[in-house]
Amino acid sequence: MKREIPLIITFVAGCVFVIQYFIPHWPFNEFEQVFTDWFSIVQAFAIWLGALSLLKFSMLKIQRRQKDWYMSVIIIVGFAVMVAYGAYDGFVGMNANPAYSFRDPGTHFDWLYQNIYTPLTSTMFALLAFFVASASYRAFRARNFQATLLLIAGILVMIGRVPVGDLITQFLPESYRAANLADWIMNPLNATGQRAIMIGIALGTVSTSLRIILGIERSHLEG
Amino acid sequence: MRVAKFTTPLAITAFLMVVLFGALQAQPDAIQRDSLEVATDSLSPMPAVAPLVKPVNPSAEDTPNDAGNSMDIAWELGSDDAARVTKYQVMRSESPDGPYEVVGETTQGQSKFTDNTVAAGVDYYYRIVAVSDPLGDGVTNFASAESDIIGPAVSTGQWFNTRRLNVLLWTLVLSGSVIFYIYRAKGGGNLYIRKIAGIDAIDEAIGRATEMGRKVFYVPGINDMDDVQTLASIAILGRVARLAAESDTYLEVPVSKSLVLITARETVKEAYSKVGRPDSFREEQVHYVTDDQFGYAAAIDGMVVRQKPATMIYMGAFYAESLILAETGNAAGAIQIAGTAQPAQLPFFVAACDYTLIGEELFAASAYLAREPMLLGSLKGQDIGKALFLASIVLGTILQLLGLDFQWLLRVS
Repeated sequence: MKREIPLIITFVAGCVFVIQYFIPHWPFNEFEQVFTDWFSIVQAFAIWLGALSLLKFSMLKIQRRQKDWYMSVIIIVGFAVMVAYGAYDGFVGMNANPAYSFRDPGTHFDWLYQNIYTPLTSTMFALLAFFVASASYRAFRARNFQATLLLIAGILVMIGRVPVGDLITQFLPESYRAANLADWIMNPLNATGQRAIMIGIALGTVSTSLRIILGIERSHLEG
Repeated sequence: MRVAKFTTPLAITAFLMVVLFGALQAQPDAIQRDSLEVATDSLSPMPAVAPLVKPVNPSAEDTPNDAGNSMDIAWELGSDDAARVTKYQVMRSESPDGPYEVVGETTQGQSKFTDNTVAAGVDYYYRIVAVSDPLGDGVTNFASAESDIIGPAVSTGQWFNTRRLNVLLWTLVLSGSVIFYIYRAKGGGNLYIRKIAGIDAIDEAIGRATEMGRKVFYVPGINDMDDVQTLASIAILGRVARLAAESDTYLEVPVSKSLVLITARETVKEAYSKVGRPDSFREEQVHYVTDDQFGYAAAIDGMVVRQKPATMIYMGAFYAESLILAETGNAAGAIQIAGTAQPAQLPFFVAACDYTLIGEELFAASAYLAREPMLLGSLKGQDIGKALFLASIVLGTILQLLGLDFQWLLRVS
């Protein structure tokens, strides 16, 4: 029964989703919302498992004095500080007049969020620029014919995307100017390839969903 | 003389003060008079405003392919629509005699409105009011004209969305093809499946980790279990965990969603049990990091830089963090295999990883690794579906080139 029950639930839920896509009539039109609500509820309860897993993993590292265990101390301190200030602000805000949330501007939690969390996140995102540069350097090396084509296409698109591109190709007929050339590469050529990939993805999604609904694909249940 | 010398200027000064005082006293009267004149003017009859042309041929029809909770209202624009109309008000009542309430407005030039606040099975009456209110004050040059009353109109729910008939047909064709090949494979039919280099490389990558005595990192993406990519990723994880367990290689799975944590942990645990090594499994192999996209990327990057894993496997849904992860793995010297159905992230993985599963290959990977006839049969069915799609694209292109109209095929509704 340990395997049959998840398979039955998967089958029923999968069929309901398929049916509600084609039948707009009540009660089918409400199934999606009902399942989404259930998923949100399960997700909300599951967050505790995630938090406990994080704490357990970090504490084990500290206890065993594993390599870089001090990183785990930072995790636990960061976690505790955010939870403590969130709870404190929430409690004070609940009893204040007018009441406010722990996430409202001016709270300790908001200060930590705006001045520590957000800059750290932005820093990670900003690193992407450097990674794009290093990856492009490798990808655009003209090692063979295909890589050379990629290099040429990349250069043309980059030139076509900046105003100077049109300026230096003024002497050419309209359709051969840098911006139009870049559009031509991005639309008929690039979009065609992208659409082919997307058709494959759609077919793969249907096929995988069918395998899971019918219980043929069970590796997520039994390894 | 001395008295006269002082009396004259005093008299002049007094006279001037009296005149000035009188003028100041008289001023408010003048202002009051002016305002009275203005008020009197405003009370005078407004110049006559020409009547508006009322909206004609109004109609109210049940919106097709819905649950019965909307109504399509349409009318024809009057001849003075462009010149004078400011807006149209759609009014509704449950009785032809009213009272009517405004349920929506459209701007000038619009002749359609969908009322999404109706209940199924109730009789409704509608009236369209053309409004000319150039200053928006409801007074100056204000005019309105009401259409005839339309109704009763009833909204009903439909039992089939005809706009999705083509989707249903293709789904049936594809599902039929998949199920046919599954049963054929079950019956022992020989199925040829083309080689997928990225999946074949998984064996090699885990073998490399075993030889080097280092970890294998498996990153299942940042979406939750309601994404089919994550489901496909967990299925692949099951196979990867088996290979890692067989070769006694440490597999670490950092996840970003709690539900993925539970599922991935059970999957890896089962895989270790299946190969007879349940004692080798440790719960901390699969651990939660954070829900935050860049926090997750930062944590994995940190682990990769410090622990230098031999193999990095990225399978699932990735967004902007894809290149941050893959470039760090590349810099750490790990052999990297990625797979995603996010078209925008594929170029990043192709640039930074040794092997990349492109789109549908991610969904095929689990079946390919399992080598079970029924799963391989579903792959074959999927390929047949793809061939039919290709044929339809070619046919459509030919028809278009010949100038034949086939658009009705797309407008099934």
